[in-house]
Amino acid sequence: MARLELRNLHAEVAEGDEKILEGVDLEVESGEIHALMGPNGSGKSTTAKVIAGHPAYEVTEGEVLLHLDDDEFGDEVEIDEDQRTWDLLDLEPNERAALGVFLGFQYPAEIEGVTMTNFLRTALNAKIEEREELFEEDEGEEAEGDEGYETSPMEGPADDGEVGVAEFQQLLQEKMEQLDMDEKFAQRYLNAGFSGGEKKQNEVLQAAILEPSIAVLDEIDSGLDIDRLQDVSNGINALRDNVGTGILQITHYQRILDYVEPDHVHIMLDGQVVKSGDASLAEELEDKGYDWVRDEVYGAA
Amino acid sequence: MSSEQDHLKETDTEARFEFKKEQNAAVKSDKGLTEEIIRMISEDKDEPDWMLERRLRALKQYQNMPMPTDWPGQPDLSELDVQEIVPYIRPDVDKREGVDDWTELPDEIKDTFDKLGIPEAEKNALSGVGAQYESEIVYQNMQEQWEEKGVIFCNMDEAVREHPELVKEYFMTTCVPPSDNKFAALHGAVWSGGSFVYVPEDVTVEMPVQAYFRMNSEGMGQFEHTLIIAEPGSEVHYIEGCSAPKYGTHNLHSGGVEVFVKEDAHVQYSTVQNWSKNTFNLNTKRAIVEENGTMEWVSGSMGSKATMLYPCSILKGRGATDTHITIAFAGKGQNIDTGAKVYHNAPNTKSTIESKSISKDGGRTNYRGLVHIADGAENSSTAVECDALMFDNESTSDTMPYMEIEESKVDVAHEATVGKIGDEDIFYLQSRGLDDDDAKKMIVAGFIEPITEELPIEYAVELNRLIELEMEGSLG
Repeated sequence: MARLELRNLHAEVAEGDEKILEGVDLEVESGEIHALMGPNGSGKSTTAKVIAGHPAYEVTEGEVLLHLDDDEFGDEVEIDEDQRTWDLLDLEPNERAALGVFLGFQYPAEIEGVTMTNFLRTALNAKIEEREELFEEDEGEEAEGDEGYETSPMEGPADDGEVGVAEFQQLLQEKMEQLDMDEKFAQRYLNAGFSGGEKKQNEVLQAAILEPSIAVLDEIDSGLDIDRLQDVSNGINALRDNVGTGILQITHYQRILDYVEPDHVHIMLDGQVVKSGDASLAEELEDKGYDWVRDEVYGAA
Repeated sequence: MSSEQDHLKETDTEARFEFKKEQNAAVKSDKGLTEEIIRMISEDKDEPDWMLERRLRALKQYQNMPMPTDWPGQPDLSELDVQEIVPYIRPDVDKREGVDDWTELPDEIKDTFDKLGIPEAEKNALSGVGAQYESEIVYQNMQEQWEEKGVIFCNMDEAVREHPELVKEYFMTTCVPPSDNKFAALHGAVWSGGSFVYVPEDVTVEMPVQAYFRMNSEGMGQFEHTLIIAEPGSEVHYIEGCSAPKYGTHNLHSGGVEVFVKEDAHVQYSTVQNWSKNTFNLNTKRAIVEENGTMEWVSGSMGSKATMLYPCSILKGRGATDTHITIAFAGKGQNIDTGAKVYHNAPNTKSTIESKSISKDGGRTNYRGLVHIADGAENSSTAVECDALMFDNESTSDTMPYMEIEESKVDVAHEATVGKIGDEDIFYLQSRGLDDDDAKKMIVAGFIEPITEELPIEYAVELNRLIELEMEGSLG
């Protein structure tokens, strides 16, 4: 189990002083589904990027904490007392990923020349390796040896503890079947020439492979037709049910919440979470829009 | 596997390239360029008079031609002093044309090529391999099955003796005459070594033929000549690899490549070169392509202080096709000026140019291209795509695509992109667990993928590895 906790988070654009987040409080626990809703420009995407460590934003105040329980990395791992809570703001984006935080992008990058298979296997192995380093006792700097002539970025032999090519192929095939993805995907270049829907499906596939404890999915429902919306939703539900991932679902619309039923719904306005409730809150928004929330929040102030 | 081979596998790429051997030359010319030196080279090679005459004529042309100075953005050649270059070093190998048994090579040469992985490459599915050390081919071997089909693969000096009629007809006459440019003239005067490849009609050489050029001595020039004749309907893939360790003084590499692609023939010419950062790399490479012939240039240009290289195809016959895929990498203090030239001189000819460049730490890459479509070359098409990737704000990349179109019924496309390596791309990969360095490496590996996929696996691996080392800044 893991718990992501945002405390009084303030952030602004790193180049310039435009304030975007003005004290966000939020908690997401493994196995829960949270919907984060709000009008354009309210700070939802920024919240997601700050959690993952995007360099374009500077955190000026507050904390992003990740609390880990013993069962986080399997039964046999015992997490030391002083490693149960991590301040993500001190960590590089790849270290946050290694601890089990995943960001599903609204507009994922297209990387030419890098096949899905190569990328995902590299990512999975990088995560395993980074995790070992993070939890290793400080035994002094370990000299990084040269990987040698035979290891190429194209297809190196698996080192100890790495997921090998054959093993990975099988894992990938399994996950793609679950998401109803064409097997040709495996050899396509990462997001290059993917349709909007394929990109979203690909984000969920990556989460399924990397098995995060917390996944922040940024408008994963935008630009999807109804069939694809169902595939993507099934993938998200499977993440929660099979992996136990805690999901923070950022969305404008009720539509995806018909398929991915949230335990909690939060409304963001002007860089703050102003109202939280259960699934019925999203339905209320669908009927009435955001103005009544604005009236309620500012009217009462 | 012997322990020596084990050891070699453990040697990293950087050490392998920087490895220097004490030289043990049989013959070494003086520095500079005089008629006396040309005569000495020719005599040492036991050349017929007609070749000596061609050399002397080329020398005169060289002396009468100015250095190229007025090209926009061209590399600075002011530090290149040809009078300080040693143009000719014959290593101490008993048989003049080199040996065909690896074990007969002198230890210092064998060690050098062993470290570069040459014998290993040969074992891995090559139909023939030649290795040049300094000015001479020291090892040459061709699989018997190809010899039986009449394929000739020998060193250029041997070709002058054994196949004089072919050499007289094709050597620096119609394809790259010495009058072409100053360095072609220089090459014509002092050329030594290189490969001669002849593929008879309708013979397909399925496995690549390889040559490796190693410049080992300080302050030397290497001037190998490659002549490929692919008779009608034949097919061959020739690969060259080049390298030199780094020294304090400048080296000069000025090779000449001539390719004759006859009707319906298909030649692929691939280069992976990694010169040391003190080498001036000034080459002339050209192909003449007859009716329905296909020429493919694939090149990865790494290293060197300055490179000026524009492989050229002359599409002479109707329906001739040309493909260029090039990649250049420039780091600190380097200027890689490279590109492609295509002359469409017949109808229905087609060319595709894909150029990629990477620059970092103040390095400079130029794409310099010329596509000429002659009047009457109707229904010809050309597509040029240049992509530049820059790591930082200090690096420079220029694209200079010249198009000379004299025919109206043609299809011309040009596309260029220049970009800094994208923060969003890096962040995306980082968010999936890759650290900053690995993310950059993955983006660059993807960027050069069109090249690596055209190369045999050993070369593809080597190219990727070299680029990784360049990115870490660990190659001198």
